[in-house]
Amino acid sequence: MFTKILIANRGEIACRVMETAREMGVSTVAVYSDADRDAKHMAMADEAVHIGGAAPAESYLRGDRIIQAALAMGAQAIHPGYGFLSENPDFVEEVEQAGLVFIGPSADAIRKMGLKDAAKALMQKSGVPVVPGYHGDTQDPAFLAQQADEIGYPMLIKAVAGGGGKGMRLVESPEDFAAALESAQGEAVTAFGNGDVLIERYIQQPRHIEVQVFGDGERAVHLFERDCSLQRRHQKVIEEAPAPGMTHEMRAAMGQAAVRAAEAIGYKGAGTVEFIVDGRDGLRPEGFWFMEMNTRLQVEHPVTEAITGVDLVEWQLRAAAGEALPVTQEQLTITGHSFEVRLYAEDVAKGFLPATGTLEHLVYPSFTRVDSGVRSGDVISPFYDPMIAKIVTHGATREFALGKMRQAIEACQIAGLQTNLAFLGALCWHEEFARGEVDTGLIARDLKALVQEPDVTPQHWAQAAMAGLGLLGEVVPETGFTLWQPLTWSISLQQEQELREIAVTVWSADQYEIVVGEVRVRAQKSAAGWRFDDVHAPTHVITGDEITLFWPRAVTFTRHDPLARGSEEASSGNVVEAPMPGVVKSIFAISGQVVTKGDRLAILEAMKMEHTLLAMRDGVVADIVVEEGAQVEAGAVLITLVAEEESQ
Amino acid sequence: MRLTSNVISGSEQFEANCTGHLEALKTVRGAAELAAAGGRETSRERHLSRGKILPRDRVANLLDPGSAFLEVGATAAHGMYGGVAPCAGVIAGIGMVSGVRCMVVCNDATVKGGTYYPMTVKKHLRAQEIAQENRLPCIYLVDSGGANLPNQDEVFPDRDHFGRIFYNQAQMSAQGIPQIAVVMGSCTAGGAYVPAMSDVSIIVKNQGTIFLAGPPLVKAATGEEVSAEDLGGGDVHTRLSGVADYLAEDDAHALALARQAVTGLNWRAATNVNWATPEPPAYDPEELLGVVPTDLRTPYDIREVIMRVVDGSRFDEFKARFGETLVCGFAHIEGCPVGVIANNGVLFSEAAQKGAHFVELCSQRCIPLVFLQNITGFMVGRKYENEGIARHGAKMVTAVATTSVPKVTMVVGGSFGAGNYGMAGRAYSPRFMWSWPNARISVMGGEQAAGVLATVKRDAIERKGGEWSAEEEAAFKQPTIDMFEEQSHPLYASARLWDDGIVDPRKSRQVLALSLQAALCAPIEETRFGVFRM
Repeated sequence: MFTKILIANRGEIACRVMETAREMGVSTVAVYSDADRDAKHMAMADEAVHIGGAAPAESYLRGDRIIQAALAMGAQAIHPGYGFLSENPDFVEEVEQAGLVFIGPSADAIRKMGLKDAAKALMQKSGVPVVPGYHGDTQDPAFLAQQADEIGYPMLIKAVAGGGGKGMRLVESPEDFAAALESAQGEAVTAFGNGDVLIERYIQQPRHIEVQVFGDGERAVHLFERDCSLQRRHQKVIEEAPAPGMTHEMRAAMGQAAVRAAEAIGYKGAGTVEFIVDGRDGLRPEGFWFMEMNTRLQVEHPVTEAITGVDLVEWQLRAAAGEALPVTQEQLTITGHSFEVRLYAEDVAKGFLPATGTLEHLVYPSFTRVDSGVRSGDVISPFYDPMIAKIVTHGATREFALGKMRQAIEACQIAGLQTNLAFLGALCWHEEFARGEVDTGLIARDLKALVQEPDVTPQHWAQAAMAGLGLLGEVVPETGFTLWQPLTWSISLQQEQELREIAVTVWSADQYEIVVGEVRVRAQKSAAGWRFDDVHAPTHVITGDEITLFWPRAVTFTRHDPLARGSEEASSGNVVEAPMPGVVKSIFAISGQVVTKGDRLAILEAMKMEHTLLAMRDGVVADIVVEEGAQVEAGAVLITLVAEEESQ
Repeated sequence: MRLTSNVISGSEQFEANCTGHLEALKTVRGAAELAAAGGRETSRERHLSRGKILPRDRVANLLDPGSAFLEVGATAAHGMYGGVAPCAGVIAGIGMVSGVRCMVVCNDATVKGGTYYPMTVKKHLRAQEIAQENRLPCIYLVDSGGANLPNQDEVFPDRDHFGRIFYNQAQMSAQGIPQIAVVMGSCTAGGAYVPAMSDVSIIVKNQGTIFLAGPPLVKAATGEEVSAEDLGGGDVHTRLSGVADYLAEDDAHALALARQAVTGLNWRAATNVNWATPEPPAYDPEELLGVVPTDLRTPYDIREVIMRVVDGSRFDEFKARFGETLVCGFAHIEGCPVGVIANNGVLFSEAAQKGAHFVELCSQRCIPLVFLQNITGFMVGRKYENEGIARHGAKMVTAVATTSVPKVTMVVGGSFGAGNYGMAGRAYSPRFMWSWPNARISVMGGEQAAGVLATVKRDAIERKGGEWSAEEEAAFKQPTIDMFEEQSHPLYASARLWDDGIVDPRKSRQVLALSLQAALCAPIEETRFGVFRM
């Protein structure tokens, strides 16, 4: 076994690999970019080497620097994680040429699976089913129709150069084929200048089921399947193992096919064979086809670990160190069910745009596995994948594991940036999903319901108002004391687009009345904590001007500080004056000219100095009051501005 | 030692007392609500429609959220000027601003344009006096048309009239007590000096104005026509005249700027005493309404009050067996060490000597004094005059008058005659003086006063050989009794600022604690007593 390895990655996977390495008594070397100087993976490793700039091309994709670092630190092997250089055969060769071990498959195996069409052909030869279709050059309509009959209906005609659905036709029955082909070709010529098409079996209710394989270079075993059907634009969102509705026969068939695929290329290490499955009439052994093989450890590997009890990273290290497979296929069993959700920094409401920012507050559930590469206070930068964590649950049944996932999501507290936590929560409550009826189109079909904004209640506003005023922390007994009439404080809060002025009347240190619009909310403190209209207050955190409530969906309110708005508005900047007595040396401004803040408007010569007068704000020059050469007094108006809209 | 109560909570007497106190409280609460509302509904609506915040909300939002507010003169001018000046048109009190205990004085423009009635002046000056004595930074939220012209003879010329406000500002500034003004409306004529005399002044854009003479007076005097904003608006004063330092966008911004200004004071309150960890009384202060009889003639043990006010109901009584009608002892209130002096009956010579002794002790030890007043006076009669009760009383009065430790007085019952003097009545400059709704204050009881007058009258009639029937005498006495009854009522006293306000007995502990905290913001000087008549 190695005594020291380098992990050529960052984030949660780097941390994940280090955890196992530590368990095995193997020292770890991290590499880090400029952006990751304070990252968790770099802090966690025994040693760390800086390898360049924030952009991946300057650091995590710089194989030369990584190899150099491994050599310099005396590491014997390199674990690539996933992404970055993990499926780069040239890198594998360079690693080996440097006398180091690449923890993963051979360059040859990666190459064979890297070219999708060649891989499919190879698989077909090895007896692994691929989606029936014709991808050849012959474009004769009669020939294609004959191929279509062999493939079976319904089927798809797709432009070879296609994209965006152009030149694509779904054909339900043979009599429609000729017309559909003609129109597809015509559209393809118009759109792409190339009328060539391919034809393929149409899978009506596709599911994405993949099989985890592990090889030692000769033999391979499979560690059963994972269902990754819950996707949004080909991005996996929730994965689970085993696949809902999986039968013994189907599992055996898929497993054997995956093992054949791995053994066909002499696969060493952890890999995944992805299949597309027709889920229309339940899972059938003849209804799955090879899509591609991922020659690395997958993001979603923890669900497999959960149901098999295997530490895949441990196996990776052992295989790389030359050990044979530690178990036989017969020794592998499934225990229970597991889910993984991918928690991302993203703005769900704005079409799942990646979000960046600081994780001002971060609390994970304590009762289940969470793989994360960030800590509270860390930054999600725009340079890398915005994943915050993977939450993994395991239960005796699918129902239990899913219930635990719902609780885990509720227990997550993240403030400081937008996340998809609420979306994940909604998915976990989705009825079809809960019943195990999954397919790759589910999220797109129900997207509207899944991304629905949470209903913020007056009680939430009330709690945020009190938190914003600092009244929910430790309060002194004299809080709110008056002789007769209670006092009322107000606070401006914004939540999404809604701005509210909220009045908080303090009756005593533990009794408040909050007016939110038309609603009066009563807040009361007891030994058990705060209650708003007799409902227990959810947890909240305050980060700067932001108050985030976890109920359990995170709702963030922004406090408007009256001081913040003053400075700019206070001086309107409408009048440009002479700061002292002097002579107007030059005037650059022209009446009616549109100026932006900081533009040079005039020069005043005074006390042997030239003073440049700048526009204090954006606007339009309304009037030039003086002429060049004029002697002016201090405070004399030289130029006036108006706002652009006023000038029209 | 922990005091032990002898009162049976829930007894018939207890319930009767509660009923009586609640009745008295209701009257005061009504007056306080009237005062807190400020001007008429239409005035308040007009105020709000201009984007201004109502004065009481201005005060709140100046203070730290949730801050206690120890209001002074909450029912000032009650029943005066035909009821047109609720709260005397100005709110005053002590609260925390950016963590600093400050005196806030806020004009109420919904009350006659915030103009100064005689009681407005008196209240403003009283607030300044409190600030000066206790070294509290002052924040003036100005929105006033200046002197109330129909009452000019009672607000302008005398020493303690309008001009004294600015004199006080100058004096306090000279003593290093910060003066901050926020101009949130008019600030006319003499009023213009409030911001001008302040260390820091803030003005609200298009709303606050400062000028010695407003546009109408300018036109009358010189014929110049000018708008209020151009004459003395926020822009003018922050850009051209330099009368104000900060230009605020609106009320909320102005208050935030004032809070920021306090942050910049680098202010540290004095530390004089060793604060203990606060502890609630062992007996519930709520019971005060039941343990204290509403009829001043019914005697009760004042320790029943003390044990419901002081920390842990613990009371280290001094000379418990000597001069028993004056109860003296050491205790803590919200952690503040105090010497409590309380009446348990009429003052005899021994009690007066004991009181003087105890004041000396507290002065020596720099322990603030809390007076619980329920006093009909010093004992009268030949025996007592001959033994020199005036001499012994004088000792106590001298001690109380000249001690440098802060005194806080709470009238929990009667406050009559020279007893008022010995027990740190208003004339003896306690830092604060509060009254319970059942308190009565006058030179003597109404019955006694009427009796004195009747005796004089009867003597005169009988000297002339006339006769005076019992009915005639009763009819003669009634107007005096009625007058004393009205004028000795705490609302009458509070309206005229003979005290700083009426308090709910159940809040006594908090009021005393806040008073002491304010009082201890000023260092305790060394005491130098006058000559004691031995």
